[in-house]
Amino acid sequence: MSYVTAIASEDSLWRALESFLLLRDYNTRVVVLGAVLLGAAAGLIGTFMLLRKRALIGDALSHATLPGIVAVFMFATISGMDAKSLPLLLVGAAGSGLLGILMVLILRNSTRIKEDSAMGIVLSVFFGGGIALLGIAQRMEQGHSAGLESFIYGKTASMVASDAMLIGLVALCAAGLSMSFYKEFRLICFDESYARSQGWPVLLLDVVLMAMVTLVTVIGLQAVGLVLVIALLVIPAAAARFWTNRLWKMLVIAATAGALSCYVGTLASAMLPDLPSGAMIVLATSLVFALSMFLGPAGGLVHRYRTYRKLQRKIARQNVLRAIFELVEHGIEDTGVPQHIPAVSFEAILTKRSWNRRHLARELRRCQSGGMVVHMGDHHWRLTTEGLAEARRIARQHRLWEIYLISHADIAPSHVDRSADMIEHVLGEGLVAELEAMLDAGKKATPPASPHSIGGKESGDVAHA
Amino acid sequence: MSRMLEALSTWEWSLDGWIVLAGVLCGVAAALPGCFLVLRRMSLMGDAISHAVLPGLAAAFFLTGSRASLPMFIGAAVVGVLTAVFVEWVSRFGKVDEGASMGVVFTTLFALGLVMIVQAADSVDLDPGCVLYGAIELTPLDTVSIAGLDIPRVVPILGAVTLINIVFIVLFYKELKISSFDPALATSLGINARLMNYLLMGMVAVTVVASFESVGNILVVAMLVVPGAAAHMLTDRLWVMLLLAGIIGAASAILGHISAIAIPPLFGYQSTNTAGMMALCAGAILALAVLFGPRYGLVSRAINKWRLSMSIASDDLLALLARGEENGYASLPTARLQSQLRLRAFSMRSVVRRLIALKSIIPLGTDLQLTEKGRGSAKNLLRSHRLWESYLSDQMGVRPDHVHASAERLEHVTDQQMREELAQSAPDGTDPHGHRVPEESEGE
Repeated sequence: MSYVTAIASEDSLWRALESFLLLRDYNTRVVVLGAVLLGAAAGLIGTFMLLRKRALIGDALSHATLPGIVAVFMFATISGMDAKSLPLLLVGAAGSGLLGILMVLILRNSTRIKEDSAMGIVLSVFFGGGIALLGIAQRMEQGHSAGLESFIYGKTASMVASDAMLIGLVALCAAGLSMSFYKEFRLICFDESYARSQGWPVLLLDVVLMAMVTLVTVIGLQAVGLVLVIALLVIPAAAARFWTNRLWKMLVIAATAGALSCYVGTLASAMLPDLPSGAMIVLATSLVFALSMFLGPAGGLVHRYRTYRKLQRKIARQNVLRAIFELVEHGIEDTGVPQHIPAVSFEAILTKRSWNRRHLARELRRCQSGGMVVHMGDHHWRLTTEGLAEARRIARQHRLWEIYLISHADIAPSHVDRSADMIEHVLGEGLVAELEAMLDAGKKATPPASPHSIGGKESGDVAHA
Repeated sequence: MSRMLEALSTWEWSLDGWIVLAGVLCGVAAALPGCFLVLRRMSLMGDAISHAVLPGLAAAFFLTGSRASLPMFIGAAVVGVLTAVFVEWVSRFGKVDEGASMGVVFTTLFALGLVMIVQAADSVDLDPGCVLYGAIELTPLDTVSIAGLDIPRVVPILGAVTLINIVFIVLFYKELKISSFDPALATSLGINARLMNYLLMGMVAVTVVASFESVGNILVVAMLVVPGAAAHMLTDRLWVMLLLAGIIGAASAILGHISAIAIPPLFGYQSTNTAGMMALCAGAILALAVLFGPRYGLVSRAINKWRLSMSIASDDLLALLARGEENGYASLPTARLQSQLRLRAFSMRSVVRRLIALKSIIPLGTDLQLTEKGRGSAKNLLRSHRLWESYLSDQMGVRPDHVHASAERLEHVTDQQMREELAQSAPDGTDPHGHRVPEESEGE
């Protein structure tokens, strides 16, 4: 971070921003490239982990790398090798990470301990072991353990070209494996037992996936730190889930979200003083997640709320139309377009259901603007021709379902109205056709007579069935 | 060894005693709610909360401008409970998997906390490492005076938390138990399962916050999961599990501090981090429970399996000898029996030794022969086998050439009473293959 803050303090902020956005600075280029590739790789692998319901495996894994890192450091120090050699430390991290995952699988598969406890155990015991080793390493006479902590907190800004290349290699590897095992991974994510019954080597595929998670975690460790690499594995994938139901789209979106967040995060941390880059990257992914959770078209809150509202409106409209229809159905001819459709009073409609005045008045106005009813003045309303057709359709569906319930499901006529009231709004054409065939109702426009007395709350006297 | 003793001779009760006491209190306080986390499959909640409280600490610092412990405690506890609430919101409203929702919430809060702390770091030393990984070794240095005694500040705090947790669990034992094992039943009994969940989360949050500031984050996360899981390997009763978890938590704290002092000198190093060693000791106790738990341990399960297979192999051997006698062979060669039973040499030797010790067979050169006692048990086995064959064939309509395999399995679990009942449905005294069903013989 230091070089960028230096730029920011010496130069004007805008110059710094410009040079950063255009990646003029070599160091910036390296850092951004490395972070973006890491984000993309983590997004890809995280997607599979999320769908496999193992989102937090990265949590256990990243904590489990610590003893390996410290042990390798101590070993290298004692045997006189370069103890700060990154590849060496990463090998140690991967080794103990894999051991941790192995322990999770053993505990889960052969004891009564559940997966979450197994992860918690591995996480805390391995990390405790790592801390204990670190305690020894820090008091060793030879060697200098300072810097090992960077694995816990990360140091994105001090990334060098070789680090970025390493990350690039892993990202390439992750992308290649995801593509070549796309079909297999998809199968074990969505239907593990089917995959097993088809003879796919589920365990082997799991191991391949786990190995990739380990790779991404290990290279992510020194870039964003132990806790925040978990975020890169979980959040972009969880965000992508709100945008699509298709796996390949989800992979693309998660990788893009990961890469974009890393870009924004490093940018923010470089532009403004005192913002740690790892944390800024995570906050950027969280922002992406929050936006997705609200705006995403596949399960986003706004989308779900709007679908819900639309359905509520449709139901309310259909209820109004059927209520008016039931009031006037005896005054009009059975077939064809009637010459005269009687008007009904607001009060009469009000008695049909337990709705309040304001609600009914609003729904009537909505129907009017939809061309279904017209206001005749003096609080009287009349169905339009179009409204009549729609009202007939609804009433017909309602009664077909009632007759079906009475004749085929053996439900008492006095009990069918409620259930038909709910189902009438969602009966599809195919289902209506089936009901017609089953009940010999024919393809008529007019509804059959209601199997029970209809009317308002107190107008049982209009009974006609 | 002498190095270990030498290292331990530096033990000072006024220092090490307090450290161990703090560890024990933390272990007990965390292990109790931890049992419920393990049972509710929410073990990682402790980890999530312990990371997520960071912004609460930072906010308390910003608001009060000091590192006083009460505002910090309140800030962290509030954010801790909020974490549980957020996790539930994200998973309920966003329809996100619980684990993923935990991952989203706690990493976000942790990142937020890091940013806030770095901002604060300009004015005061608020090192995230120190905040998160607190040093249990330093607890005796920070004392308060209570009733004229200098007591480390964390001891009364952790003691109070332990007490609160115990009281809470005793008061709501029934509610917690039912809502952990069967939330639907709890709701139908009028227990508010969601309220119980939040209360439990509050308990976890308070424990985490009280512990990590003094004894370190890693220790409390370990103590929340590991003792509970270990106790779960040892028992099926909730109250026994709680008791065991408390004991395991305390034991790992004591062993942890001793080994932190005593183990590194074995390899020529000085002592190491106590909290880390305590977590490691908890892990070691768990490993023992996983291996040697009386009922669910891997070793005892393997032993039981071996015993069962031995007893089945013994039964089969007796039955083979009895069939041989029916066909006019008084004894059969051991090698042939072994190949017919498909046993390895070692298992065969164990079976033979077992049966000789039971006085069911006697060796006759390289052959084996039934004793009177062995013949009795073998006859009953054959009787079970053939009764089952006729039952399966006559009553269940299984084809006669298919009944042998099922009868072969059922014969080992059939007692005299069951044989009598089977005999009533097969009165003619022969099995579907035409063999005679032997009479019941005395004394198995």
